[in-house]
Amino acid sequence: MFAYTAGRAFDEAKPTVVFVHGAGLDHSSFLLQSRYFAYHGWNVLALDLPGHGRTPGSPISSVRGMAEWVFKAVAADKFAIVGHSMGSLVALECAASAPSRVERIALIGTAYPMKVGEAFLDAAKRDHYDAFDMHTIWGHAAQVPLGGDPTPGMWMYGDTQARLERLAPGVLYADLKACNDYVLEGDVSCPALFILGERDMMTPPRAAKAIQEKLPNAKTVRVNFSGHSLMSEAPDATLDALIGFLRT
Amino acid sequence: MSKPKYPGFDTLALHAGQSPDPATGSRAVPIYQTTSYVFRDTEHAASLFNMERAGHVYSRISNPTVAVLEERVAALEGGVGAIATASGQAALHLAVATLMGSGDHIVASAALYGGSHNLLGYTLKRFGIETTFVVPRDLQAWKKAIRPSTKLLFGETLGNPGLDVLDIPAVAAIAHEAKVPLLVDATFTTPYLLQPFAHGADLLYHSATKFLGGHGVAIAGVLVDSGRFDWEASGKFATLTAPYEGFHGMDFEEESGTRAFLLRARREGLRDFGACMAPMTAFQILQGVETLHLRMPRHVESTRKVVAYLKTNSAVQKVVYPELPEHPDHELAKKLLPLGCGAVLSFEIKGGRPAGKKFIESLRVFSHLANVGDAKSLVIHPATTTHYRMSDDDLQRAGITAGTVRLSIGLEDAQDLIDDLDRALKASQK
Repeated sequence: MFAYTAGRAFDEAKPTVVFVHGAGLDHSSFLLQSRYFAYHGWNVLALDLPGHGRTPGSPISSVRGMAEWVFKAVAADKFAIVGHSMGSLVALECAASAPSRVERIALIGTAYPMKVGEAFLDAAKRDHYDAFDMHTIWGHAAQVPLGGDPTPGMWMYGDTQARLERLAPGVLYADLKACNDYVLEGDVSCPALFILGERDMMTPPRAAKAIQEKLPNAKTVRVNFSGHSLMSEAPDATLDALIGFLRT
Repeated sequence: MSKPKYPGFDTLALHAGQSPDPATGSRAVPIYQTTSYVFRDTEHAASLFNMERAGHVYSRISNPTVAVLEERVAALEGGVGAIATASGQAALHLAVATLMGSGDHIVASAALYGGSHNLLGYTLKRFGIETTFVVPRDLQAWKKAIRPSTKLLFGETLGNPGLDVLDIPAVAAIAHEAKVPLLVDATFTTPYLLQPFAHGADLLYHSATKFLGGHGVAIAGVLVDSGRFDWEASGKFATLTAPYEGFHGMDFEEESGTRAFLLRARREGLRDFGACMAPMTAFQILQGVETLHLRMPRHVESTRKVVAYLKTNSAVQKVVYPELPEHPDHELAKKLLPLGCGAVLSFEIKGGRPAGKKFIESLRVFSHLANVGDAKSLVIHPATTTHYRMSDDDLQRAGITAGTVRLSIGLEDAQDLIDDLDRALKASQK
């Protein structure tokens, strides 16, 4: 299995933060944010779930299975989890199933339940490029193709398409179905942070209301102008929210 | 739920990469004529240097005006991103220098712009990088030329000046079988006529001096990455897949599989070689890109009229344009270039060098100069200018003779162009 560490050795004296990516994506979704924490006093493990990025194997078909895999992959006794989209469900499940290990969770671009549209699921099931198009377009705010990527010279749509094209057949469908089917059992008691994009078409802020009500002490940061891909659309706002949350 | 729709080419040509300036509301892309950018505090400075935050540090590495052009061309090409450079030649050099070093090898089409031929055939050799040139339509030659040290296959979408159409799908397949990328010079076609990534190319560049700018006022290049080539799986590109001492031990592929090439090219190539684009140049090229979708159809339409005229002129021995049935790549052109084969054509004038000299000196609308892709029509004699350093053998392999004349058809009234050619051709035969 692969976990990005920014090339830094694990240090038992430091706290650990685990990053879990969204459907069809990989550790590099957190390119800037994970690198920041690795250089600011944290052990960072930005995971590639099986079948994604550099971790080989078949995709895991349920959020619960992904959470179990995370616990096996992470050696640290206690850690924080930052999850994006599908990864936010994994963070929730981890926090609910092993409260003694999960110290806090940050949920970026989340919804609960995370229902996936029938057309999207169907296209993914058929490994049709329409699914990549839906992921790309709904995964960013409407102004993204006409706006500017905060990272100089990059084109967010193209980057998402290129990542999705690297997936083996069936991976995106397995991820989307896992999101669609997930039901949280148990309670989450650790500190939690929601980072939501005001212009998110995939998981609009209102779709997080049900889970926000289940976590009454959680904090919420709503990022203006950002869509679902907050780490790349609003990298500084996302990082600043994480810094404020993880450093407390 | 209906399928979502991408913005069209025309919309991207006008908008991609720029939202109204957050500082002033400026609708036009502002020219950020600055070398450097004030840090918010010391931690912000350190984060920018260590790639923990996005932003600009120094305009050799990135600049807000230049970034708009980079993102816009990447959007038009369907790439993950782009790097704008001081010229098309700088873009080619940046691609090569990012991927390889001494002891490595390139297989390239023999039908290249003379400057590219010089770089690969002479200059890079001095730095230990060898190139084998092959006839672009000879697919077996591409295969045979590949060595264990080969790191790149390279050709022009339309060869210069014989207008050989590169069989991108076939050459890309050969490259990928050898676990190396295919780089194409897409200058002659622009993303309006051909999007090489859709056909399997991995990297491309433009001399943006030409059709992207269109106005002939700025020297510029843009290098674009598709993000599709798997550097890690290839195992041949240590510059992208091994820790780099020159940048905090960064393994670029580990940072991001899709961005590795551009990360290294920007963080090393622009930093160390420094062939960056000036913000004013980016602004000028952007003015051209905004009308690319309007200009290219007109370029093609007028070129077709000129080709038809030349075919009927008794002073012309041969016309070379891929839309002609006798062109060896005609069928391939129909497949890859359905919107047209660009605005550059060549022909052979009867009477060799003396006739060619008279012809060029008799033209009034066409300008005799070393460029293509201007809004103004241009003419040149390759054997004595752009390709003059090439040996006779190399010239022959590139499809050039002493009588070859190259035209770049501009946006003037097509009949005025035909009248000018007609007058000069008559003069050439006296």
